[in-house]
Amino acid sequence: MMPNATLFAMAVWFILLIAFAYKFIWPPLMTAIDTRNKKIADGLAEAEKGKAALAEGQKQKDALMKEARQTATEMKALNDKQAQAQIDAAKVQAQAEADRIIAAAHAQIDQEKQKAKEQLRDQVAALAIAGAEKILKREINAAAHADMLSQLKAQL
Amino acid sequence: MSSSNESITPSEYIEHHLTNLRISVGEGGFWQIDLDSLIMSVIVGVVGLGVFWLVARRVTEGVPGRFQGFVELVLEFVDNTVKDVFPGDRKFLGPLALTIFVLVFMMNLMDLIPIDFVAVVMESFGVHHWKAVPSTNLSVTFAMSFTVFFLIIFFSFKAKGVGGFVHELFTAPFGAHPALWIPNLAINIIELVSKPVSLGMRLFGNMYAGELIFMLLGLLGMLGGVFTAGSIILSWGWAVFHILIILLQAFIFMVLSCVYIAMAHEHH
Repeated sequence: MMPNATLFAMAVWFILLIAFAYKFIWPPLMTAIDTRNKKIADGLAEAEKGKAALAEGQKQKDALMKEARQTATEMKALNDKQAQAQIDAAKVQAQAEADRIIAAAHAQIDQEKQKAKEQLRDQVAALAIAGAEKILKREINAAAHADMLSQLKAQL
Repeated sequence: MSSSNESITPSEYIEHHLTNLRISVGEGGFWQIDLDSLIMSVIVGVVGLGVFWLVARRVTEGVPGRFQGFVELVLEFVDNTVKDVFPGDRKFLGPLALTIFVLVFMMNLMDLIPIDFVAVVMESFGVHHWKAVPSTNLSVTFAMSFTVFFLIIFFSFKAKGVGGFVHELFTAPFGAHPALWIPNLAINIIELVSKPVSLGMRLFGNMYAGELIFMLLGLLGMLGGVFTAGSIILSWGWAVFHILIILLQAFIFMVLSCVYIAMAHEHH
């Protein structure tokens, strides 16, 4: 039961095992664990950063969308207004053109009427002369009564 | 009970299982070596740390496999235990704690191999005495605890210097008055020596007692009939309970070693 020389042999073996663990087991395993822990921590931090960036991007997107929508609404309103103005202008122009054409037509009709009246007057005069000629035959000298005839014509 | 001896007395049975395979290396009772304890220590040490070495050789920083995961689990458990006890650099204390934990656990684990099975197998090789559990040998547990003791002294020197250590031997815990030097020294020597003695004795006592229970249950089985059945059931029950003791003793040895070495770093 008392300790014997096994003590020394066992102590040597124990120290050898400690040295082995110190040199070949602990450092590589611990390095691997620490490196992995660091990787995981970095990854989590990156993910957190990414999430924040995503939220920021979303916010920017929303702001841009809002602005774009507003701009589009404004542009549409402006467009509508311009179109309406153009239509109105065209209407006014068309009305003016129509008035002008109608006025021109009226003028032409008056002119034609005047011309027809003139012709009619000449023809009535000629007809009257011809009638008078037939009645008065011989006694009436066209040249001698021209004055009287033109007075007659003016009275028509 | 070895199969070759049919009519064996209870005292012979116990005696048989408590005898080491010894060789003499010098004069007197001290200069003997328990070959069985030593060889078993070497085997369990190689197997226990070999598992860790196999993983350490091809360790990956990426996703670990199951085997590596298991090894890392043990390693982190040991590392955290040491961290709780010792706040400083664990470059040495870590592997020390790991070695103690694995070696003591593997030694104790041999206790779960039925003692008569070991006896029968070794008998068939012509070996009459073979104690398979190295931690039931006081020489083995003392070898480890006194190695820890010398580490305590070494780290005390390292932390305080030889002068500081000797100074503390005489002035702590009572005070620096010359009349108190002798009581201080006496207390400190008792404190220092009690550490490895209690450390080695605790492990030895627990494992030796556990082994003895197995032997007594084996004796019960020799009565035959219902006693044999009872012996088998009780041995099984004791073995299950022993799993706890095996782990607990390995853990206690590891933690106390770390605590003692951590205390060596502290100044009074």
